[in-house]
Amino acid sequence: MASDLLTNWNNYPIEKSEVSSPVFAEDFYTQLAESSSFIVRGNGRCYGDASLSPHVISALKFNRVLNFDEARGILTCQSGLLLSDILDLIMPRGWFLPVTPGTRFITVGGAVASDVHGKNHHKDGSFSQHIVSMKVLSPNGEIVVCSALENSEYFWFTCGGMGLTGIILEVTFTLKKIETGYIKQVQIKSEGLDEVLDLFEQYSHYTYSVAWIDCLKKGPHFGRSILMLGEHATIPELNGRQHVYPKKSKTLSVPFHFPSFVLNGLSVKAFNSVFYAKNYKREMHSIASCESFFYPLDAILHWNRIYGRKGFVQYQFVVPKDRGKEGIREILTRISNKGWGSFLAVLKLFGTQQGPISFNMEGYTLALDIPINAKLFAFLDELDIMVKEYGGRIYLTKDARMKAEIFHSTYPNASRFTSFLSEIDPEKKIVSSLSRRLSIK
Amino acid sequence: MKTALILGATSEVALALADQLAAKSVNLILAARNVENILPVKSDLSIRYGITVSVVAFDAANPSTHKHFYESLVPKPDTVICVFGYLGDHTRALTDWEECTTILNSNYVGAVSILNVIANDFENRKEGMIVGLSSVAGERGRQSNYLYGSAKAGFTAYLSGLRNRLFKSGVQVITVKPGFMKTRMLKGMKTSPFLTAQPEKAAALIIRAMHHKKDVVYVLPTWKWIMLIIRNIPEFIFKKLKL
Ligand SMILES: Cc1cc2nc3c(=O)[nH]c(=O)nc-3n(C[C@H](O)[C@H](O)[C@H](O)COP(=O)(O)OP(=O)(O)OC[C@H]3O[C@@H](n4cnc5c(N)ncnc54)[C@H](O)[C@@H]3O)c2cc1C
Repeated sequence: MASDLLTNWNNYPIEKSEVSSPVFAEDFYTQLAESSSFIVRGNGRCYGDASLSPHVISALKFNRVLNFDEARGILTCQSGLLLSDILDLIMPRGWFLPVTPGTRFITVGGAVASDVHGKNHHKDGSFSQHIVSMKVLSPNGEIVVCSALENSEYFWFTCGGMGLTGIILEVTFTLKKIETGYIKQVQIKSEGLDEVLDLFEQYSHYTYSVAWIDCLKKGPHFGRSILMLGEHATIPELNGRQHVYPKKSKTLSVPFHFPSFVLNGLSVKAFNSVFYAKNYKREMHSIASCESFFYPLDAILHWNRIYGRKGFVQYQFVVPKDRGKEGIREILTRISNKGWGSFLAVLKLFGTQQGPISFNMEGYTLALDIPINAKLFAFLDELDIMVKEYGGRIYLTKDARMKAEIFHSTYPNASRFTSFLSEIDPEKKIVSSLSRRLSIK
Repeated sequence: MKTALILGATSEVALALADQLAAKSVNLILAARNVENILPVKSDLSIRYGITVSVVAFDAANPSTHKHFYESLVPKPDTVICVFGYLGDHTRALTDWEECTTILNSNYVGAVSILNVIANDFENRKEGMIVGLSSVAGERGRQSNYLYGSAKAGFTAYLSGLRNRLFKSGVQVITVKPGFMKTRMLKGMKTSPFLTAQPEKAAALIIRAMHHKKDVVYVLPTWKWIMLIIRNIPEFIFKKLKL
C-alpha cells in the first residue's frame, strides 16, 4: 500500500492516506476483513472530504462492464467504471446516460453515493431513479442486493449516502434512447434574476435546462443570465451533418496551478461572447454535440488547478420553491457583494426529491466556486444559516466545511440515517473525513 | 494475430495485456487458476470490443494436466503469452521445501511443461508466437532472491533454446525481462519511478515488442543497461555486495 497525499477536485482539504486499489471482488472482502476503518473513493471529483480518510480504497480498477442489454438499454457494471467509458460504449449504439452531472469523469459508484443530478432533474429525477438494482458489500461483510423494491431501506440510504452504508460493488441501471449524439440547443438571454427564474417555469417542458448567472452585475441587471435549454436531436434535425455521433474532440490540460483571475477571465469571455453576440437576439437556436452541451468544462482537463494551490470550495445549496426566488436573490446578493466568488454561478430547477438522504428537493439550486481565503469559512457559515432559514440545504458532495449542526438540522432524515448507520456499522468500519466532521458516524 | 492465449490471466500485467489486445480486436483465451475472478473481464472485453473471449481453468503448478488443457482448446491460439510466476517468500523457502518447490515449479517447471506442448503444436503448424515473462532476477543470483532468480534463469535459457529451435519453423519466441512492476502486490515497497513500470506501460512495451518481433526485451528499457553493469561486476566483488 502506498501512502499518498490525497485531495479531491477542489484541492481542499489535503490529507495523508494509504490507498489500495482492488481489482477483483474478493480483494474488497479481504480489505474489509483486514482494515480497521476506511472509505471508498471513486474518481475524486467531489469537492471536499467525502472520499478522504487515512485509509482509502480506490474503486477505479474495479471497472468492468458486466452486461449490456442493447435492445432494452440496461447496463450492469462494476462501481469503478467511469461515465466517460460508458458513453464511449453506449452512444454509438444509440443510448445515453439517464442522468449525468456536469463532468463525465466520475464513477458509477460516485453517481450512486452522491445520488447525482443533471440538467434534467425536473423531468427525470436524480441517478437513483434509474437504478434497477445494485450489490453492496455491507460493513459486516454481507452482500446486500437492493433496489427500490428489495431491501429498500438499504437501497435508499445508499443513494446519496456518501459511501457510508458499504462498498457499492455492482449497479444495474436503465439508459435513455437517443437517435444522434447531438443536442438541439436554445440559449435565452435574460436581463435579470426574476426573469430567468420565470423562464425556468415557462420552459420546464424542456428535458434539459440550466442557467449561467453573471454574479458581478449589480443594479437593475442584477442576475443577468443565459438560460440554456436542450433536447436530444433527431436525425432529420441534424440537416445532413456527416456523423450521427460526433468524433471525440481533443482535450486541453492545465498543467500547473494558475492564479484565479485566469479562469474568471476565460469564463467572462465565454459568457460575454454569447451575451453580446453581434447578431444580438434574445433567443438563439443551434445544434451542439452532447460533449459540448453536457461537459463544457471537461474540454479543459484539470481546470481546477486554475484556482491555485490554496484550493477553492464550491458552494451549492438548494432552497424550496415557494420562497425560492427570494432565497436565491438574497443569498446571491450577499455573495456578489463580497466579490470573492467566481464570475459565473450555475442555477437549476429541481423536481421532487427521491431518496430520504438525497440533496435534491423541489426548488432552485445555485452553485458557484469561491477560492479559499482566511475569512471565507466564517462568511459561508452565515450563508448556511440563511439557507437553513429558507428551508434549504447544502450538497454534501460539494461540501468541505459545513458545521455538523447545519447538516443535522437541514436534512430532515439525518437522524434516521445516522441510526441506520450505527445499526449496520456498529464498529465504524466505514468512515470518511466528511462523516467525522458532520458527526454522521 | 487472431487469438491470444494468456496463461496466468489474473495478474495486473496480464489484465493490461488483455485490455490492450482486445482493443486491437484480438480474440482472447484467458487461463487462470481462479476462473471466477476473470469472468467480469470476459464480459467487459467482449461487450466493449465485440471480440470472442473464453475463460479456462489452468494450474501452472500441475504439469500433468497441461497436455489435456491445451488439447481441449478450440480454436487453438496463434499467440501465447506466459505471464504466470510466483515471487514467493525467499527467507521461508530457505527452510521450507514446499515453498521452495512452489517457487521452482511456478516459475520454471510449470512453464516448461505447458510451453513444450504448445511449441510442438506451433512447430507443426509453422506459425505462431510465444512470449515468456521471465525476469531480470534471472541474470545473476543475489542472496535476497536467488531461488526465484535461478528458476527465472532456467526459464530464460529455456526460451532462448526454444527460439533457436523454432526459428526455422517461423515461430517467434520473445523473452520479456521485467524489472520492478507496479502492482497491488508491491506493498509498501518504495521503488524508483524510473525503474518501476506501471502494468499498462509494461503491457504496451510487450505488445510493441510483439509487433516488432523482438527476441529479448527489457521492461523498462533502462534495465538493459543496469543489467549490463550487474552482469559485468567480477564475482570476487559481487559476492561481497549486499544485494
Ligand atoms: C466539473 C464538475 C461538475 C459536476 N457537476 C455535477 C452536477 O451537475 N451534478 C451533481 O450531482 N454532481 C456534480 N459534480 C459532483 C460529482 O458528480 C460527485 O461528487 C460524484 O460523486 C463524484 O464521483 P467520483 O466517482 O469522482 O467519486 P468521489 O468524488 O471519489 O467520491 C464521492 C462519494 O462517492 C463515494 N463512493 C465512490 N465510489 C463508491 C463505491 N464504489 N462505493 C461506495 N461509495 C463510493 C465516496 O465515498 C464519496 O462519498 C460535479 C463535479 C465536477 C468536478
